[in-house]
Amino acid sequence: MNPGPSALLQVTGAHIAYGKVEAVRGVSLDVAENEIVTIIGANGAGKTTLLNAVMGILPLKGRVTFAGQDIARLEIEDRVAAGLCLVPEHRELFGAMSIEDNLQLGAFRIAKAEAARSLERVYALFPRLKERRRQLAATLSGGEQQMLAMGRALMGAPKLLMLDEPSLGLAPIIVADIFRTIGELRASGVSVLLVEQNAQAALQFANRAYVMELGEFILDGPAKAVAADARIAASYLGFAQNEASGI
Amino acid sequence: MTIMLFLLQDGITNGAIYALLGLALVLVFAVTRVILIPQGEFVTYGALTYATLSSGQVPGTARLAVAMGIVAFGLDLFAGRRSLHAALLGRAFAINILLPAAILALTTSLAGRQHLIAVNIALSLSIVGTIGLFLYRIAFQPIAHTSVLVLLIASVGCHLALQGFGLVFFGAEGQRGPALSDAVFTVDPLRFTGQSIAIYAVTVALIAGLWLFFGFTLTGKALRATAVNRLGARLVGIRTALSGQIAFLLASVIGAVSGILIVPITTLYYDTGFLIGLKGFVAAIIGGLVSYPLTAIAALLVGSVEAFSSFYASNFKEVIVFTLIIPVLLLRSLAAPAVEEEKD
Amino acid sequence: MIAMAQRLPIIGFALVMAAIPFIPGMPPFWIVLLDNIGLSALVAMGLVLLTGVGGLTSFGQAAFCGFGAYTTAVLTTTYGLSPWLTLPLSLLVSGIAAVALGLVTVRLSGHYLPLGTIAWGLGLFYLFSKLEFLGRNDGISGIPPLAIGGLRMIDPGSIYFAIWIAVVLCALLTMNLLDSRTGRAIRALRRGHVAAEAFGIQTPRAKLLVFIYAAVLAGLSGWLYAHFQRAANPTPFGAQAGIEYLFIAVVGGAGYVWGGVLGAAIVVILKEILQSYLPLVFHGEGQLETIVFGILLVALLQLAPTGVWPWLTAHIPFRLNRKRPDTSLALPPRARAALTPDVLLQVDHARKQFGGVIAVNDVSFDVQAREIVALIGPNGAGKSTTFNLITGVLTSSGGTISVLGRKIGNATPQQVVKLGISRTFQHVKLVPDMTVLENVAIGAHLRGQAGALASMFRLDRADEAKLLAEAARQIERVGLTAHIDALAGSLALGQQRIVEIARALCVDPMLLLLDEPAAGLRHLEKQQLANLLRQLRDGGMSVLLVEHDMGFVMDLADRIVVLDFGTKIAEGTPEAIKANPDVIRAYLGAVA
Repeated sequence: MNPGPSALLQVTGAHIAYGKVEAVRGVSLDVAENEIVTIIGANGAGKTTLLNAVMGILPLKGRVTFAGQDIARLEIEDRVAAGLCLVPEHRELFGAMSIEDNLQLGAFRIAKAEAARSLERVYALFPRLKERRRQLAATLSGGEQQMLAMGRALMGAPKLLMLDEPSLGLAPIIVADIFRTIGELRASGVSVLLVEQNAQAALQFANRAYVMELGEFILDGPAKAVAADARIAASYLGFAQNEASGI
Repeated sequence: MTIMLFLLQDGITNGAIYALLGLALVLVFAVTRVILIPQGEFVTYGALTYATLSSGQVPGTARLAVAMGIVAFGLDLFAGRRSLHAALLGRAFAINILLPAAILALTTSLAGRQHLIAVNIALSLSIVGTIGLFLYRIAFQPIAHTSVLVLLIASVGCHLALQGFGLVFFGAEGQRGPALSDAVFTVDPLRFTGQSIAIYAVTVALIAGLWLFFGFTLTGKALRATAVNRLGARLVGIRTALSGQIAFLLASVIGAVSGILIVPITTLYYDTGFLIGLKGFVAAIIGGLVSYPLTAIAALLVGSVEAFSSFYASNFKEVIVFTLIIPVLLLRSLAAPAVEEEKD
Repeated sequence: MIAMAQRLPIIGFALVMAAIPFIPGMPPFWIVLLDNIGLSALVAMGLVLLTGVGGLTSFGQAAFCGFGAYTTAVLTTTYGLSPWLTLPLSLLVSGIAAVALGLVTVRLSGHYLPLGTIAWGLGLFYLFSKLEFLGRNDGISGIPPLAIGGLRMIDPGSIYFAIWIAVVLCALLTMNLLDSRTGRAIRALRRGHVAAEAFGIQTPRAKLLVFIYAAVLAGLSGWLYAHFQRAANPTPFGAQAGIEYLFIAVVGGAGYVWGGVLGAAIVVILKEILQSYLPLVFHGEGQLETIVFGILLVALLQLAPTGVWPWLTAHIPFRLNRKRPDTSLALPPRARAALTPDVLLQVDHARKQFGGVIAVNDVSFDVQAREIVALIGPNGAGKSTTFNLITGVLTSSGGTISVLGRKIGNATPQQVVKLGISRTFQHVKLVPDMTVLENVAIGAHLRGQAGALASMFRLDRADEAKLLAEAARQIERVGLTAHIDALAGSLALGQQRIVEIARALCVDPMLLLLDEPAAGLRHLEKQQLANLLRQLRDGGMSVLLVEHDMGFVMDLADRIVVLDFGTKIAEGTPEAIKANPDVIRAYLGAVA
């Protein structure tokens, strides 16, 4: 893979370990501007670990550059300031606070006037959040929480949005909603790095894909090509895919 | 019956102070997970700094703030050594060096030349406030990610060091400070001094202020967010280190206010704060270290229990107050057992 | 196992300590210092077990010293009892106090526990200083010295031996205890109670045990202190002292028996230096040692949060080879009911609600004898929750679960494992700083009998050898013999899952519950695992597993149950499931 000059995020030779156990072994990845890139793989492959390390939650050995700046040693807060934003697997909302408070805090680092515009945009994207803006975040359903998490992330006007398993535990109809929104984001100029177990859906929306197994990328390329790869069809798209395509 | 009323009045006056301290403890714990044992030192520092200023001398705490600022500045430089730039340097210098130095200069030039209670109070609060701020920067910020236990032990270390400094600065003699007002009201059979009215008023005002701060300002909300979800807060760019400093600043100012409120009515020694802080602490624990209103109510209860037991079983006053905690802790543990992460 | 070779350093240490008083020209002042170190070391050793190993933080240990000291003080002065007679009484009183306080304290969770100990520590201190018969603030003086025949231990040099014999003996007993069936149960506590309870460990009892043990050690220290000082007053038993003991344990290394002794040495000597030199430097201004002490405490936590002992041992490269367990020793199989009914496990309309969310919604299925059943479904479908309902980790909101035709209602995890159901966890729950062998041996907990006292005095060796042999056999069975002495935390995640399987096999189960056993395994390892599970089935065991790897499941399972949103949507043979339209829809989602 040859990252062009427009590479927004570039990770080179990343190693991530929990104590003595290495969970990610020497992976390299890049995301260009206006691109949706997905990482797919089984539970425990190291996808979440990689995202968390790029965000600065876990220490990482290797190079990470973002918008031309070396961010490997920066604190989480400084990476946020640089325009990187993560919607983590467990969403990490402020449960005891209202939806609107959650969103306003998402714009903690940006100017007040701009925050007001952001809020309008997010409410337009997720009208359901506007209806319930006084409600406590903890009382929302799983799908609404995911919308709020994404909305909160978008409030800070990030250049790259990293989503960790946005479909986790959501009903198919809501998953469809979430993915449609991700598609809309690209149109508004936000790049997306998406980690998903729902390989089928992820590959449908992404431009490019990486396949992760046991802490390493075993395959990467345009999403269409990855989806067509026989190995991937067998292990990640599930048996149903085989059967479905076999019928 | 009259005795009961007197005891209740006494209990509520003490309880108001415990409520303030309990609230500060809850605030600090929620934001930083530090169980603030040195809260009591903030009380003594506030009270005795004020008393010292009122007697026309320069309190040692002003110099301590300067010394701690220098250490904090060193830590800031060390932590930022990889990416030092002018803005960072300037900010660190202003907060850590200029601010305490200016307060010391002001204190030195004003000491003994004026006797305005308001000026002395303002100086005391700014001295103790900066000490609180730097205390977080020096002792807790470097270990902010560790367990509650490690933070608790560090907190005990801070208590020991600050109490030792207290003896150096204020000596072993007890002190009293001038009252805010000498007025006296009588509502038969009770007698209210201006000071006790001030205690009630300041407590209510501070609680209302905190409520407004946390409910309606972005900084207050950011502090709450840090308390609710640390990782979530960091992910939206809230600096938890800054939140911690603000929490300590608030707690130390609240502690100092409490000290200034009681020093006109009780003689305070360098080590009295510890016991007062602990009683606020009993209230905070009864409130589960999370609930502000529960803590305030619990504080009034602690104050009343103390007043009654000091009358009926004065020898066992402390035993009773501290044993009060155990059944509460048990109830709290049973109501909210520690849950292990076990997700689907 | 501690072989003779491993005792050598301890014997060497004992000999050195015995020789010190005979060094010519030894200043008596140093002997006093060593006496104090020994007294603190005893308390710290208890804290190592309680806090470092068991994970229960106590700021109140000084109060137990008080119980020990005041018991002997009252009994020897008021009632004229011999100090030797009061020794068991002092230990008993500390122990009884520990039972009373412990019953409340060990139920406290999270940070409530250390706070609770601060509270009763303070309460007891004020009680000591107010009670008339304890002499209030002045305490009790005129306590007789210890005496053996004509030798009265009045000077610090003679009580030195009593103190250090106690220290070395207690260290030995503590190490014996840690290296045993009960010790493993205690060491498992710090990692949370779910895994420990899944293998039959009664966690509240184990916690109470360490609490009492630590209190008795503190009581012993208090008894020695009373006869050393020949007086007892409240000050050394207050909150400050309690904090200091915890500090000692943390400085030395809270997880290590000898860390307690080392920490005591460091802190006592440090305090002595501070007290004697600081006033010279600063012209006797105030309580400077408290300041320096406090600052050092904070600095130490920032620089070396795990303490000095582990740092020291990491830099002294001496490793002793562990003795391999003798695998020929057999452990009798667990008593089990004859498999008369074919239905081993019956889940009938099981239901679990968390607040408004229904995680498991009226799910019914069964597991027959000699059968491998797979539970599959998207993330969040309620598979692990179902496991937790079966194993008693969660109480169900409705429905019944029966084993061999008997309803198990809301049985505790300890009762479930006794029925012969053992499990692994989705998020590996091993004790990372214990070896693979020790971790696996926890699985055999219910198959051993030796208790704490037997372990301390090494009367458990026959029982212990059989447990370890069983553990080693199961490790061999899963193919991890090469890693048997490695620390569990140093293994790759996939291997850790296999260690969990070996641990579950140690139960000698009739039904094995595996939560994502194949995650993190390579292709070949997956095949080996599948072969092992088939062997187990052919040997008469049943397996219920949750797994995401469809290739693995389809090859292995006899029957598959599919969950989606907590509801069972299909059940059948792998072939039938593959063709089921509902299953295809659930897996592909509406977007496909």
